Amino acid sequence: MTDLTNSFQQFCDLQNRRQFIKQAGIGLGAAAVSSLAQPASAAVPAGCHHQPRANRVIFLFMAGAPSQLDLFDYKPDLEKLHGQPLPPEISKGQRVTAMTRGKKQVICASVFKFAPQGQSGLYMSELLPHLSTLADDICLIKSTYTEAINHDPGKTFFCTGAEVPGRPSMGSWLSYGLGSMNKDLPEFVVLTSAFWSGKVNVQALYSRLWGTAFLPSKHQGIAFQSVGDPVLFLSNPPGVDRKTRSKMLEFVAKVNQQQQQLTGDAEIQTSIAQQEMAFRMQTSVPELTDLSGESQAAMEMYGEEVHKTGSFARNCLLARRMAERDVRFIQLFHRGWDHHSSLPTHLRGQARDVDQPIAGLLKDLKQRGLLEDTLVVCAGEFGRTTYAQGNPDRNNYGRDHHPRCFTTWMSGGGIKGGISYGETDDFCYNVAKDPVHIRDFHATMLHQLGIDHERLTFPYQGLNHRLTGVEASRVVKEILS
Amino acid sequence: MKTRLTTLGDLNLGIQFAALKRNAMVFHFVLLSLFLTGSSNADRIDFNRDIRPILADRCFNCHGLAEKNREANLRLDRPDGEDGALRTHEGSTAIKPGDLKASQLWHRITTDDEDERMPPADANKEPLSLDEQQLFKQWILEGAEYEDFWAFVPPQRRPRSEVKNEAWRKGMIDPHVMARLERQGLQPKGEADKRTLIRRVTFDLTGLPPNLAEIEEFLKDDSPNAYATLVDRLLDNKAHGEHMARYWADLVRLADTNGMHKDFYRNFSTYRSWLIRAFNDNLRFDDFVKYQLAGDLYAEPSEDQLVASGFNRLHLIIDRGTALPEESHHKNVLDRVQAFGTAFLGLTVQCGQCHEHKYDPISQKEFYELYAFFNNFDGAPETEGAPPGGIQAPSVTLGASAENSDASERVAMVMKERATPKPTHILIRGSYEHPGEEVQRNTPAFLPPLKQKDGVYTRMDLAEWLVDPQHPLTPRVAVNRLWQQIFGAGLVKTSEDFGTRGEWPSHPELLDELALGFVESGWDVKKLVRAIVSSKTYRQSSDAEPEEFASDPENRLLARGSRYRMDAEMIRDQIFFLSGKLNRKMYGESVKPPQPPGLWEAVSMAAPFTYVADKGDAIYRRSFYTYWRRAMPPPQMTIMNAPSREFCTTRRERTNTPLQALLLMNEQEFFKAAKACAALTLQEANNEVSKGLTRLYEKVTSHRPDQQRTQLLQETLDEFRALYSEDKALTEAFTPELTDADFNQRVELAAWTMMTHSLLNLELAKVKR
Repeated sequence: MTDLTNSFQQFCDLQNRRQFIKQAGIGLGAAAVSSLAQPASAAVPAGCHHQPRANRVIFLFMAGAPSQLDLFDYKPDLEKLHGQPLPPEISKGQRVTAMTRGKKQVICASVFKFAPQGQSGLYMSELLPHLSTLADDICLIKSTYTEAINHDPGKTFFCTGAEVPGRPSMGSWLSYGLGSMNKDLPEFVVLTSAFWSGKVNVQALYSRLWGTAFLPSKHQGIAFQSVGDPVLFLSNPPGVDRKTRSKMLEFVAKVNQQQQQLTGDAEIQTSIAQQEMAFRMQTSVPELTDLSGESQAAMEMYGEEVHKTGSFARNCLLARRMAERDVRFIQLFHRGWDHHSSLPTHLRGQARDVDQPIAGLLKDLKQRGLLEDTLVVCAGEFGRTTYAQGNPDRNNYGRDHHPRCFTTWMSGGGIKGGISYGETDDFCYNVAKDPVHIRDFHATMLHQLGIDHERLTFPYQGLNHRLTGVEASRVVKEILS
Repeated sequence: MKTRLTTLGDLNLGIQFAALKRNAMVFHFVLLSLFLTGSSNADRIDFNRDIRPILADRCFNCHGLAEKNREANLRLDRPDGEDGALRTHEGSTAIKPGDLKASQLWHRITTDDEDERMPPADANKEPLSLDEQQLFKQWILEGAEYEDFWAFVPPQRRPRSEVKNEAWRKGMIDPHVMARLERQGLQPKGEADKRTLIRRVTFDLTGLPPNLAEIEEFLKDDSPNAYATLVDRLLDNKAHGEHMARYWADLVRLADTNGMHKDFYRNFSTYRSWLIRAFNDNLRFDDFVKYQLAGDLYAEPSEDQLVASGFNRLHLIIDRGTALPEESHHKNVLDRVQAFGTAFLGLTVQCGQCHEHKYDPISQKEFYELYAFFNNFDGAPETEGAPPGGIQAPSVTLGASAENSDASERVAMVMKERATPKPTHILIRGSYEHPGEEVQRNTPAFLPPLKQKDGVYTRMDLAEWLVDPQHPLTPRVAVNRLWQQIFGAGLVKTSEDFGTRGEWPSHPELLDELALGFVESGWDVKKLVRAIVSSKTYRQSSDAEPEEFASDPENRLLARGSRYRMDAEMIRDQIFFLSGKLNRKMYGESVKPPQPPGLWEAVSMAAPFTYVADKGDAIYRRSFYTYWRRAMPPPQMTIMNAPSREFCTTRRERTNTPLQALLLMNEQEFFKAAKACAALTLQEANNEVSKGLTRLYEKVTSHRPDQQRTQLLQETLDEFRALYSEDKALTEAFTPELTDADFNQRVELAAWTMMTHSLLNLELAKVKR
């Protein structure tokens, strides 16, 4: 807010400051009234169980499940086996999808070239030239696995810890556990790409992926829109501007105050505080999405598409701006990775969509000193099969869903860079070493934010629910720096 | 009472402190149960009220029903047996009635030795507080009596407590509420003023505000029956059925799409119409349950019964793609069982899917015995692409009636059994790939048995079992939800869980009396609603001191009238009602009011999933008819806490967020409605300013402004006038419809609209009080 006449703000200032701040605190400090963990020592921030290594997360969700075989998990020996049946002792008759059930499982090597990158020599596919330059900052987890074999349950599992709808999403757990770090923006923001290169007809998303289920709904992810208002209903209607809006809110607050004198319900104070927050968001959100102050150099890091609204590149840049403004959990969804056929073509396009923007994001965060306490993670809901779906044509193969192993990665926020954790077997079919279930992935993320995943709980229907559920899970300590 | 809670003042402090306390929810829960300890026999420990909740929270995980994690061969959920709480194991007795020293449990919950203390550190459970330890101490000294869990034994009528306040001795509600208040040394509030009352009861019974004529009529009627007349009129209003059906829709996850994968359209409008009629016609609740659960199994089912059986088809369903049909089948059955458990039993039966229920006596086998009732659907487990007309077989075509003028509204998805029951197995660890022992249809052993019969039990047997007058859960769960709907919180707050982890009722005797009365009345829903809204309890003023709100924020003691923000639908409907645009057409297919662009596109699997808003007066239908896409429900609803309808929801949360503020400030149709309301009111007041302001205020709040407020309204209107007359461009942007009018007229409309808009954003317009 500049020097604009702002009667509502002035009105608010006239209120008993102490009480107002206290009440606004209830409204804004998300977790203040729910489950702030009591710090074990004074040095641990509110909500944390131990000293955090990261204060925020940028989660790059590759919806549709990218092929680990063509991007990260280099299997040179498959060249020789190309076109041969997958040995049954490897596949063990395990469940496959309805699309390839009863079909032959013919091994299909990747058509893409891999090379060692950086000091660390991590292998990456030629599809990721920009990300390859940051290999030393990234920890690949090649042994990630899940149970879900179809997109909807798979995405729901990764985003909420359960295949069936009804559990809170990752970001809402964090918002609930840690509260807000800023006073003008939401704690949990979702950015979906408006377009992608892979295929037009792609897997759907669901608002449950950023929903709260039984957690208080103030912790839900706020989906920023690529068309219209970035936050729903943000702009004033035609004919209403800052000064008339301010006048209206002043009147409303005045009557609400009087009403509280009469009725004693403190919830009225919260209403006033939330209207004030809404008023502030009308400035803070446009300021956030206004890129006119970005330098040419900064924009260029993210690639050409950064100039298009709704692009993944633009969303990466917005993610950095949100990280700077202390949004706690920023989740990007990029769709179009479900390559049952024509994988080489589609994957090329998809990789192009994300490669430079992600590299740009990491570099930009690094330059600004933000990568240190920002955990950047990248994952799809599962992996893809080593056998071809349909003909194993070298230039036109497809791959089916594969939950038994896939590659995810983390960077920054106290994660070792330049390492590869976990191994798959020679066929990239089963995990051979150091399995990391999605639950472990979740536990590790929470750990970096200072949270013990077994202690961040919410009672509902008789259970103390947690993101990692009731099955055993562990923090993958081996990848922590 | 002293040992449990000293004064309300302490409690007040406690609740505020709880906000900062680690694991505040557990702490809060305990406090609340202490707070709600208002039994007639306050000096003696009541196992169910005082002890069981603590055992369930801290102990049952390792010392409960489930064998898997059981430690030290000890169960604390029952006294007897080799592993019961009174057993001696390796020389140690967990609980010796009357003897603290000999009771190992007492030692374990009080010791400072971390190696010995229960619950152990690695359980991530709070140690017992001093207050809680005191409860155990007293309980053991009093003989450590166990009792069957209250919700699993049939409701009973207990002798009523003496109530000093004569006016509160009548009816089935007030004496119980008053007894509780008197025990706590509290006084109820007086009756709310007539304007508040008509506003409250009109919203509660119809979901809409009263209009000015209705207010005037009620104010004029000074007969002793005025309120009763009003209630009768409202119960006869067709809007009543719409309002009641809306709550049911949340409960059974009624929606317009399949909820998975491509999230295709499905047509359940006939079921919705039936719900509305069922409530308006006051269908007996036992029939209401039977129709839904087993309407297809009547000898010659009526159309209504068939339509209602669609309840069993409301689950999420996937369209054919990569999913395996047997997995889809299993998920559908699970979803049906869970809905049955949540909606009718108020139990979390689904916990028995993978293992024995940890807290309630439901074994995994019993879960699959219930599952067997729902495992025999005669239809595909997946849809084949987009089902034509949103109808997936089996379905029924209905005869024309007043409510289905269009042929597309005459088809209903129904339940149907296969001729030979599909065998059901226990699924090991809940995995459909690993069937275990075969099981037969049956109900859990801790509940009354099914009636003896030859042959296979059917869903109809299950439905009849559910509505047996002796059933401990069905009537309690139903009346509790109705209570919750009207008072904002149930007598059992956890309306989704009447099991051992659910909350002890604030007024157990009242809950039982309501449940018994409900059954005895012939499951008469309207009679129950009438009784509730006619009670003195309901009619109290909701104005109270800040301390009273702080000490009992959810009004569990009912020492005042309830005051809380209304649901999304009520707020939206009110806005259109006031603008004169609300379209009261009933029934029919769902409608699509405008929503911000791009929402569907951002999540959909490509065309045709683009949201195309309806035009004309369809967009002003009541919110209950709004198209509900599960993957992206209407934001006007979800921002105000409406659920996604992907799973059964027994109660909505009520939060207060900046997004809600933005919605009410800027939603375009809401704003247009404010303009319409302003224009309409000005016209009705013949452009007389003070008359217009009074009228406007009265419309929005059902009250007349006092002098101070009239003055504030006048000043604010003048300020808006000044702002707009100084800003030509802004005024012109505001009033594109008045391009031919003179500038002053345009300023006038802008100022009046802002005035109306301001009033609609008042807390007074959003709360039911």
